[in-house]
Amino acid sequence: MAYNARAFLIRATVKEEEAMIDSDAFVQAMQDMGVNFFTGVPDSILGGIIAELMDRRLYTPAVREDEAVAMAAGAYMAGKIPAVLMQNSGLGTSLNTLISLNMIYRQPCILIVSWRGQGGKDAPEHLVMGEVMPQFLDTMKIPHRTLTEKTALEDFKWVAETFMKQRIPVALFITKGVVKGLHP
Amino acid sequence: MRPEQGTLISRAQAIAALLELLTDQPVIICNGFPSREAHKIADRPTHFYMIGSMGNAPAIALGVALAKPNKQVITFDGDGNVLMGMGTLATVGALKPKNFIHVVFDNEVYGTTGNQPTISNVVPLEKVAKAAGYVNVERVRDRDDLVYEFKDMLKKDGPSMLLIKVNEFAEDAGRILHEPPDLTKRFMKAIE
Repeated sequence: MAYNARAFLIRATVKEEEAMIDSDAFVQAMQDMGVNFFTGVPDSILGGIIAELMDRRLYTPAVREDEAVAMAAGAYMAGKIPAVLMQNSGLGTSLNTLISLNMIYRQPCILIVSWRGQGGKDAPEHLVMGEVMPQFLDTMKIPHRTLTEKTALEDFKWVAETFMKQRIPVALFITKGVVKGLHP
Repeated sequence: MRPEQGTLISRAQAIAALLELLTDQPVIICNGFPSREAHKIADRPTHFYMIGSMGNAPAIALGVALAKPNKQVITFDGDGNVLMGMGTLATVGALKPKNFIHVVFDNEVYGTTGNQPTISNVVPLEKVAKAAGYVNVERVRDRDDLVYEFKDMLKKDGPSMLLIKVNEFAEDAGRILHEPPDLTKRFMKAIE
């Protein structure tokens, strides 16, 4: 997996005034990193990214997050570099797969997780996970980082390096408004 | 009515018959006795033995099948496993990978935990798969039919499901001795 910082830098700086990452720039950065298998379960925050992935015919939809994680593990073993998109509620659904498949078998994937319930401002079902998510992943020993417009270059570099070095799932949190959605 | 021991073949007998028909195809084998028995009968680098993540065997196999469209990918699964990850039948049925064969050993119990009943005695899993979009599905009860149908599925475009009714007998097979990370590496190298 190689990380082509230049390609992303060009796309990211074009949109700097808007302080929001375009979905196509996000997807391109992932592809530049070498990610070539995308699956997941949708979330509104990830809507723009998924639409872009579908446009590029790169997205394999799953019906549950644990299924997506397992599919990504199979793709990894068959030579792909996989990413799984999900709402943070999906971390709960895929907990056992992440632990008893990815962690113990050393099968990495990039988890692109939307941070619903961040700061306590969301629908009630998102508030508990929204509050505990970083500690939850700390407990599972899954490395994580939150994407921001300003640090995007370093964030992607960190994801690629952690994936290669640790060979376990690595999570990139996407907060609302950082990547352009379907309805800006 | 439960499948009585003696009136049906055992899962290990079924696995042995299937493995005789396979060579270097990737085989993803679900957790519990199926992995232990397959490991005891014939340990091949193309076998991926699961020790956890119940319900996920066909999803892993699907990932392999999508990434390697020129390889026929097999998964050995159980009735309890299929029931736990039933959504994956829909995903497979919708995506229709031609190179995907789903073998289900149906003994109507959770064998590893003490033979508690599943509900596959009243839920025909191969019919669920058919309704979800699997192209070929067969339910067999004896060794000759199993061999005939599996040979046929190896020749056909899938996705296919072969459901084999087996008895509750579990082979005296120990735990998998390979370390999980070594299994990952070995499998990756074998299917390159």
